[in-house]
Amino acid sequence: MTYTFKTELTHADVTPKAAFMNRRQIIAAGGALIGGSIASPALAKVLEFTKTDYGSDLTLNSYEEITTYNNFYEFGTGKDDPARNAHVLTTDPWTIKVDGMVDNPGDYALADLIGDIPLEERIYRFRCVEAWSMVVPWNGFQLSHLLDKIGVQEGAKYVAFETLLRPEEMHGQRRKVLDWPYREGLRLDEAMHPLTLMATGIYGESLLGQNGAPIRLVVPWKYGFKSIKSIVRIRLTDEEPPISWNMANPREYGFYSNVNPNVDHPRWSQSSERLIGGGLFAKRQPTLMFNGYEDEVAGLYEGMNLAENF
Amino acid sequence: MQVVQTINSTARKIPNWAVYLLGTLPVIWVFYAGLTGQLGVDPVKAIERQLGSWSLQLLVAGLAITPLRTLFNINLIKLRRAVGVLAFFYVLMHLLVWLVLDIQLLWGEIWKDIVKRPYITVGFAAFVLLLPLVLTSNNFMVRRMGPVVWRNLHKLTYVIVPLGGIHYLWLVKGWQIEPMLYLAGIAMLLAMRVWWAQQKKMTRRVPA
Repeated sequence: MTYTFKTELTHADVTPKAAFMNRRQIIAAGGALIGGSIASPALAKVLEFTKTDYGSDLTLNSYEEITTYNNFYEFGTGKDDPARNAHVLTTDPWTIKVDGMVDNPGDYALADLIGDIPLEERIYRFRCVEAWSMVVPWNGFQLSHLLDKIGVQEGAKYVAFETLLRPEEMHGQRRKVLDWPYREGLRLDEAMHPLTLMATGIYGESLLGQNGAPIRLVVPWKYGFKSIKSIVRIRLTDEEPPISWNMANPREYGFYSNVNPNVDHPRWSQSSERLIGGGLFAKRQPTLMFNGYEDEVAGLYEGMNLAENF
Repeated sequence: MQVVQTINSTARKIPNWAVYLLGTLPVIWVFYAGLTGQLGVDPVKAIERQLGSWSLQLLVAGLAITPLRTLFNINLIKLRRAVGVLAFFYVLMHLLVWLVLDIQLLWGEIWKDIVKRPYITVGFAAFVLLLPLVLTSNNFMVRRMGPVVWRNLHKLTYVIVPLGGIHYLWLVKGWQIEPMLYLAGIAMLLAMRVWWAQQKKMTRRVPA
């Protein structure tokens, strides 16, 4: 028996963008009054984007669910900590270091690096390694577009990412829950895959701090922790880069971390998941191979033993 | 020592039924809050975690009663049975939420989890070990077993409470501070007993 998450909500129930905008403008105006306008925290701004067919058959989680239930240990280990604490994150100015085996290395202001890349909407399933999931309408662009722009050199095999290290604003970094800064990485073919997204928004609004403002990775066929947030460094390399959760516990978290219902986490089963937003009595649903993106990505791992390369 | 006296005389006056009644109110509240959307977008996990925390707190409270008397003359012995029985009730509710609302009675998965996942194994073992204690937490059983046997059986708490602490430490990701604090507290409460037991032995050995 297959369980499908059902809700009576449709696209028509989503709060109209104009309503968001009004609210945000009021908040923004208030913030400007209080704080002056030196550096601005992650206040959501409305984005321009084109719609695509990706995931148009999926039922979306609400904006509230997506922005209040987060794992972002830089702002605390509780699910509601990031929503409470991440508003202090300064996202403007934002600099991204591009280095390693690239043609155009340098420290780029965010707008200089991605300002000319058009945004699109991608609706993806999002499956956390903790066996819960959501459906998120991301706004972003393919990572491959950015990699083309920075010029990947011959011989580069991996892309490494780093999250901002700023304990003054990211209070979770004052405790050594993980070895900060948070690090992630992809094999180059994974990074170049058309599904791999750099997201700057959700529901047509720029990302809030808790969701990884101002720019994050989204790799829909991997467990959520691979989709690194608030990126400040992108490095091309010919060696598999160390990644935070693998460094913390190599037995439990592998470099690949592809969603796979047949390979359990040592401490819990990965064969099913709870879809957030279904309330107290929502049915668990079976977890799909590669989170439902098997047709698109299985080829990347042909001939690999997925139980060993977990 | 006015404070201690006040505490002790108040504790003596609290009827047991009131402790049980007050003790069940939070459970009712947490389900109500979950049903009415006050616990965020993942009420199942929120209820499960909240009941788990309260269980552990009650278990630790039960373990703290003797040291409180020895160290500060605070006498809450009268409440100990109620605290213990309530702790069992909370553990049971925590387990039921996991079985019914979280893993949803998928018995194949449940059995696999209990056998294969160390944190579930440990938590479940703690629950099983609590059963003989709750079944003997009444005057009839104390009389029937006799105080020595009864007391020895109830020393199982020295195993159960650390199992609860390990269960918590083992289920979180990364090195988080809260479960470590609980375990440190439990270790301290147990270490005191070991220390006192040794002191007693030493004094006994001294010739008259």
